[in-house]
Amino acid sequence: MTAPVPDVHAGAGVQRAAPATRRVLAQAAFEARMILRNGEQVLVAVVIPVLALVGLVKGTFVEIDTDGLSRADFLTPGVLALAVMTASFTSQAIATAFDRRNGVLRLMATTPLGRGGLLSGKVLGVLAVEAVQVVLLGAAAFALGWRPDAAGVVLALLGVALGTGAFTALALLVAGTLRAEAVLALANLLLLVLALGGGVIVPAERLPGPLSTVAAWLPSGALGDVLRGALVDGALPLVPVLVLAGWTVALGALAARLFRWH
Amino acid sequence: MVRTHPLRAYVRTHRARAVRGVHDQDTSRAPRHGHERLDSRPVPHSPAVEVRGLVKRYDGRAVVDGLDLSAPVGRVTAVLGPNGAGKTTTVECCEGLRAPDAGTVRVLGLDPVADGAALRPLVGVMLQDGGLPTGVRAREMLDHVARMYATPLDTDALAERLGLGAFARTTVRRLSGGQRQRLALAVAVVGRPRVVFLDEPSAGMDPQSRLAVWELVRELRDGGAAVILTTHLMEEAEGLADHVVVVDHGRVLAQGSVPELLTAGADAQGAATLVVHAAGDVDPAGLRDRLGAGFAVERRSGSTLAVTGAVGPATVAAVTAWFASHDVLVTRLDLGRRTLEDVFLDLTGRSLR
Repeated sequence: MTAPVPDVHAGAGVQRAAPATRRVLAQAAFEARMILRNGEQVLVAVVIPVLALVGLVKGTFVEIDTDGLSRADFLTPGVLALAVMTASFTSQAIATAFDRRNGVLRLMATTPLGRGGLLSGKVLGVLAVEAVQVVLLGAAAFALGWRPDAAGVVLALLGVALGTGAFTALALLVAGTLRAEAVLALANLLLLVLALGGGVIVPAERLPGPLSTVAAWLPSGALGDVLRGALVDGALPLVPVLVLAGWTVALGALAARLFRWH
Repeated sequence: MVRTHPLRAYVRTHRARAVRGVHDQDTSRAPRHGHERLDSRPVPHSPAVEVRGLVKRYDGRAVVDGLDLSAPVGRVTAVLGPNGAGKTTTVECCEGLRAPDAGTVRVLGLDPVADGAALRPLVGVMLQDGGLPTGVRAREMLDHVARMYATPLDTDALAERLGLGAFARTTVRRLSGGQRQRLALAVAVVGRPRVVFLDEPSAGMDPQSRLAVWELVRELRDGGAAVILTTHLMEEAEGLADHVVVVDHGRVLAQGSVPELLTAGADAQGAATLVVHAAGDVDPAGLRDRLGAGFAVERRSGSTLAVTGAVGPATVAAVTAWFASHDVLVTRLDLGRRTLEDVFLDLTGRSLR
């Protein structure tokens, strides 16, 4: 995608970049490869969610009121929400923060990829990692007796896309404004806090006291509710969808304003 | 000679001005021979990079403060200056990574920020901090960046050329400083750039790597690219650059070819310098008293003195006689030739900062 070049400089404007789609896809594959090759990232994004799912479904040490559903049917949507948060927030925030510190963002911005292509590649890379997560978690859940309805699965994928938007925006906001070490600590801490008290695995309405109100308005609680609505009831609940969309717009606007490349 | 050259149209527009002698800033190499020469290859004097009155402030403090710079096609231009002089910021404005607060920047006639998409395929960049992700393997990074271009260089040949084969499958975090720099240089040139920005390319390099880098830079220049490198190594500027721009405090202090800078400095002082290395310490004031008012004597380091003034045969005799009278052996005498380092230190000062 070349901006129009004045005639006198036609020679300088000769397109020598690869086509934009090829550049972005190359970057997406690169990003996904980097994440899936990094042991810590795989631990956070794949191993922990799968272990959480197996442990919660099989472990009888935790008493869970499943509303008459099987434990797998009740817990799988929340674990999927957790997985989305690890890939689009924790892992993306850490990777981007260190790339920013090491000048990787600036270097790639000077290649034909550009800043826009780099960001598009990052988002597609996250989606690729999520595809791996969904397949592995889905297979594990299925083996544990999870039986979602087909229409709900399609709606859930929409929910995953919405959640990815909100949490990737949050990832870019912290990665683009804080020091890499601070991002490393914050991204892990926030994941832990939201996983336990943010309405992800335990629905917001089941949380004690004022936490239940707060969690429902957090992107984590909204994402959990959206996936539970899609996979359990076969419908997208309106309020959590709007909450997630609102977070996506607000965090995206903040990130666009505050993100620093240097 | 017919050659497909992306700059042809651009060069054509600059030809008339060059023939009229408007672009006259660099006459150190390949003097103009008129129309025939200009018809067959890019005009050596047309600027690939033109910076006028560049100002860049961080938190209100001007890091670059009214800087003018012109880097010709087919030349190596060194931006030389101490740390914090504004070199990197200037180059980053040319790369489109920072937007100027004032002034204009044109690269191949284009605005690096507004025309970034058109310019990026034509510009190669090596950042000071490398810009390489730590988890990627060396060769993987080179191949990845190559995919951003329609017709990149053959990465096998480039990797062999820069000796990347030995660590092709090693991740960036495990590479030595010199290996990282060589990889970063390969990444900068893989898209066949017409303009190459190298920010301190020799930092952390062993002598073999540096030699390989210098050879590649000369080759890029001979292929018609404009190379702009920042450095604080005199040796690099002196050995590699056709055009040197000395900057400090965000401004240009002097520019020209190395010989021009050396002569200009000498003219300003109207004198030659005799550097005297001795086997023991002596008092510079004593020597100055002996030589008289026309000479300045300063201590360079330990037992090395520099005598500046109208140095003649009698001066040399007087200096050695004075050392003999103090029973100190003169071990080496260097007369005359100022180095770029002298010019640089004269311009930027000798105090530590």
